[in-house]
Amino acid sequence: MSALEAYWKENLSLIRNLLIIWALASYVLGILLAEPLNAIRVFGGPPLGFWIAQQGSIYVFVILIFYYASRMAALDRKYGFED
Amino acid sequence: MSAEVWTWIIVLATFALYLGIGYWARVQETAGFYVAGRGVPPVANGAATAADWMSAASFISMAGLISFLGYDGAVYLMGWTGGYVLLALLLAPYLRKYGKYTVPEFVGDRYYSNVARVVAVIAAIFVSFTYAVPQLRGVGIVLSRYLGVDVATGVWAAVIVTAFIAVIGGMKGITWTQVAQYTVLIIAYLITGIALSNFLTGNPIPQLAFTFSDFAVRLSQLQVELGLKEYVAPFQNLNLLNVFLITLTLMVGTAGLPHVIIRFYTVPKASDARWSAGWALLFIALLYTTAPAVAVFSKYNLLNTLANKTVEEVQGIDWVQKWSKTGLLKLEDKNGDGKYQITAAKDTNEITIDRDIIVLSTPEVAKLSPIVVGLVAAGGLAAALSTAAGLLIVMASAISHDLYTRIINPQASEATKLTIARVVILLVTVLAAPFGINPPAFIAQLVAFAFGLAASTFFPAILLGIFDRRMNTQGAVAGMLVGLVFTATYIVGTNYLGWPRFLFGISPEGIGTVGMLLNFLVAYLVSRATPPPPAEIQKLVDEIRVPKGAGAAAEH
Repeated sequence: MSALEAYWKENLSLIRNLLIIWALASYVLGILLAEPLNAIRVFGGPPLGFWIAQQGSIYVFVILIFYYASRMAALDRKYGFED
Repeated sequence: MSAEVWTWIIVLATFALYLGIGYWARVQETAGFYVAGRGVPPVANGAATAADWMSAASFISMAGLISFLGYDGAVYLMGWTGGYVLLALLLAPYLRKYGKYTVPEFVGDRYYSNVARVVAVIAAIFVSFTYAVPQLRGVGIVLSRYLGVDVATGVWAAVIVTAFIAVIGGMKGITWTQVAQYTVLIIAYLITGIALSNFLTGNPIPQLAFTFSDFAVRLSQLQVELGLKEYVAPFQNLNLLNVFLITLTLMVGTAGLPHVIIRFYTVPKASDARWSAGWALLFIALLYTTAPAVAVFSKYNLLNTLANKTVEEVQGIDWVQKWSKTGLLKLEDKNGDGKYQITAAKDTNEITIDRDIIVLSTPEVAKLSPIVVGLVAAGGLAAALSTAAGLLIVMASAISHDLYTRIINPQASEATKLTIARVVILLVTVLAAPFGINPPAFIAQLVAFAFGLAASTFFPAILLGIFDRRMNTQGAVAGMLVGLVFTATYIVGTNYLGWPRFLFGISPEGIGTVGMLLNFLVAYLVSRATPPPPAEIQKLVDEIRVPKGAGAAAEH
């Protein structure tokens, strides 16, 4: 396997894992399970399903992008593909 | 000084600032004109992208929209932020590595076809035009509401400022004014959000007050007592399927919108595009996590202050007087019992609240100084102007670069190309003005179409162009056409021809996801039944997959 193929394979698996988290935060917890999660209230705040849909999921999105950028910077270095 | 004087001062000062930056950033070569010379630092590009992205509607209307939709408003909160994850992971770094000027250019080159290029040009112009019209109108409306200026005059003011910056500075001028515009709009939004949160909850950080107070639950209970829908409960206005599909269409559409994508062409390196997407979303999230808090606090305060109170009491509130005059708040004691009741039924309801009040009334409600009123006006203008500029350059570059330079006259000299670029952006800006002054009625619905179209055409074509080396021109063009025709037919049919929502009751706002899936399916099947793309195209795909410089990648 060439360096490019190995690099691309690692990139794809990272993308896959992060998109699973992306879908869990928004579509699974924020939408599909919003009704049951609304039975839970943390710290006396709003119901959890509502909070994830209107607040928590957005925090997850921001963290995912910065995490991806830093992991890819390491991957670029590992394979000598930095720009 | 009165709020109106402050508004004049702040609005004129910010316009002068934008013009000054535009003059400072003037450019003399096409790379400067189209991609700001690729010299924009990732953080600055993040701020410019945030301003580019957040429109007049995000600034003025979104919190109000959410406050009337309750939980279901999450389709906009998640839908207009989650797309940046797709952009950062799947598109932006690779398109930056490719290193050209426009989105149709990538589509045309990757699929080695001028047919694909022209399809992309038409889609880019259509998507951007439907989106630009409400922005120009937004400037006119803000100026007329705050300063009593005629809407047409306001639209022309927007056109003159934008045209000046775009003609002399191109993308470079637009980028640096967007950075200034982001600063103005976020300061305005946060000041009012913080003041309102502090005034009503005692906690100055809206996000913390939203998370750790029971205001959302109290609002929910108050709404139920008044006979309105439960605020925190899901699927009161949209069913689960539509919440899911609208959110996904808005996310994918965001990632596929040309004016967002081209912002990432302006950073120095492919790796910068990844970081820059993070900064962009962080800057956007500052507003998008404040908006649901403002929605809850402001709605609770409005209902609590107005509902079931006596006519005398309510009319004694000074902001009630002010907003009644503008027509955004309508109070009428229909049953003559001396009190104002709010009800779900239209004929007995006595309090009609325009959703824009949720944001626009905050300075008065929180008893802020008149300076803040001026700042909110300047923030709304900044949001509208920055988005309009980003859209206008997409339309202009599609014509001057993709059609003229790449198809009609590839031998044009650098000077001719630059002159054409300047003339086209001037023409596009001026031609858009009449539509901003008198927007055709169908434009509002077409904005939903912009996301559906981006989701069902650009997103799959670009994604496959990067991740599927085997994708060829036949597959991509067939996929785009099927996605486009299906999505357009469903939207036009259900909106204008009175068709029922024949596909599982899916809303036209959410149909783009189905169009996208059809695009992927058709593109895959057609490409596998036709010859693979030429070797040099497959080599190009390998090259854009790594950040390292041109040509080097294939040797590894």
